[in-house]
Amino acid sequence: MTTTDIMTIATRPRVENRPIRRILGRPETGALVAALAVMIFFSVYTTTFLTLPGAGVWLESASTFGIMAVAVALLMIGGEFDLSAGVMTGFTALVVGILTTQFGVNIWVAAIVSLAVALAIGALNGYVVMRTGLPSFIVTLGTFFVLAGADLAVTKLLTGQVAIQGMTKVPFYDSIAAFFGSSLTIGGGVFYISVVWWIVVTIIATWVLLRTRAGNWIFAVGGALNSSRQVGVPVMKTKVGLFMTTSGAAWLVGMISLFRTSTVQANTGVGQEFIYIICAVVGGCLLTGGYGSAVGAALGALIYGMVFQGITFAQWDTNWLRTVLGGMLLLAVFLNHWVRRRATGGSR
Amino acid sequence: MTVTLPTTPATIIEVNAIGKSYGAVNALSGITTKVNAGQVTCVLGDNGAGKSTFIKILAGAHTPSEGQLLIDGVAVTFSSPRAALDMGIATVYQDLAVVPLMPVWRNFFLGSELTRGTGPFRRLDVKEMKRVTVEELANMGIDLRDVDQPIGTLSGGERQCVAIARAVYFGARVLILDEPTAALGVKQSGVVLRYIARARDKGLGVVFITHNPHHAYPVGDRFLLLNRGTSIGDFEKSQITLGELTSLMAGGAELDSLAHELERAERRS
Repeated sequence: MTTTDIMTIATRPRVENRPIRRILGRPETGALVAALAVMIFFSVYTTTFLTLPGAGVWLESASTFGIMAVAVALLMIGGEFDLSAGVMTGFTALVVGILTTQFGVNIWVAAIVSLAVALAIGALNGYVVMRTGLPSFIVTLGTFFVLAGADLAVTKLLTGQVAIQGMTKVPFYDSIAAFFGSSLTIGGGVFYISVVWWIVVTIIATWVLLRTRAGNWIFAVGGALNSSRQVGVPVMKTKVGLFMTTSGAAWLVGMISLFRTSTVQANTGVGQEFIYIICAVVGGCLLTGGYGSAVGAALGALIYGMVFQGITFAQWDTNWLRTVLGGMLLLAVFLNHWVRRRATGGSR
Repeated sequence: MTVTLPTTPATIIEVNAIGKSYGAVNALSGITTKVNAGQVTCVLGDNGAGKSTFIKILAGAHTPSEGQLLIDGVAVTFSSPRAALDMGIATVYQDLAVVPLMPVWRNFFLGSELTRGTGPFRRLDVKEMKRVTVEELANMGIDLRDVDQPIGTLSGGERQCVAIARAVYFGARVLILDEPTAALGVKQSGVVLRYIARARDKGLGVVFITHNPHHAYPVGDRFLLLNRGTSIGDFEKSQITLGELTSLMAGGAELDSLAHELERAERRS
């Protein structure tokens, strides 16, 4: 009887197990090809793009988006969205700015308080989504507007302006700025430490996703929530953890932008949440969850940074940037849709 | 992994006059049956007969409002599906609790992943998990060389078998299978029935829920028939024939009158 079983399965047409097929099947392959294409195009088309100063510019541009895109990608693989991710980057920076300049709080303490508040809001997002069963799209849209309003109102109320001034005069400013805002000049190119953070975040996220139990659970809760529950995956813990990761990443980006420019606007980050989602989707994440990669999202952000600065270097009208992004998003979604149909269509 | 069977099969689960009501609605009442090691207890009934309420009680998802559930002769109350699982009662639901986009081996170990290393370096033991998956599936007679393919690419019967193999590997003594053949064609159903027989031969108690007497009779040792929340019989195989089972399943008298009615309608036209 064993032989017949084996026969039925062995004779079924199977997907070829060749290395090339396997590479093509990975979520980040499309983004890698696109990134190379964009890089080659602008390197040939402009003279400044592939120089050290040029690279410093587009890497810097990509890095903060990259950190957020990676966190948002994890969240999307886990089946959720966080529309408050953009405004959170401004919010965390404002908390530090206000605590230090208005209340004289030690800058390190302020940064830690800011992180704690961010994580708490992330946890609240996750808890509300899981308890009510409402789409995270709606819940975090609410958080987004609450925070955006509070950012503006509180900043104006306490400082009388819409931006934080005088950060550099705060004691120990330099000690913390070294971690988030420092830079290194190599051959005339300025390379910010945010690029290092971006790479570190991507490596950690990839490790977690592919090589830890938590990563397994992230794929599972995004791919099939009920099934995950049935086999004992801690669904609540995983999802809340993902929302906290996103807000934690937003804190990191908030600190980077605060200490790189030594100021922060009350509307910083507003509208960027969609760019994170675009980067994640271009990087191969499915909007429906359960599929994607951290490296892909990082590459998505790299493409964003290169296109953004490439358009400037080429002296084109930068107003077209969003149009280019939208087109890229649509292309990526079509590609992903096709991949998913191949993965799940199978022999039903 | 061979289990030597005692001459009289050991009873693992005993169900004593169990019932479940939701407020004033009686979903299930007075159900009595048992599940023996190395035997298949079939639960048959039409839609709405109370099959799913019954398995949810066995699986620990519902607590019965009357009657007793005995495991190895001891009365128990399950607080959660996890508690039932810890006593070796595993349920394979219709949706199989698999994540279609994840590889077969990740699905196999989902929720009970093997790890190595400690602290921040605690990581999945990918090699070992793949090896065990291949081996366990081979034990069930499934030869999957590539356990890296998404489980969604497997056929319905194969997915069912992976789910069964998983439950067996994680120490199930009793397998509850919720309509495993319902969505399958004739050939695929045959494959699944063969795995049920194989699990039985390994000494597991199997609870096989179905509405198809033709699937139940060949593998079953005991048949519990449900209708509108009550038991209309709990038979050993020697007490009932396939014909009787089919007729009871279809509601006996009801079927006769239906046949009568259809016959007349035919004649009239």
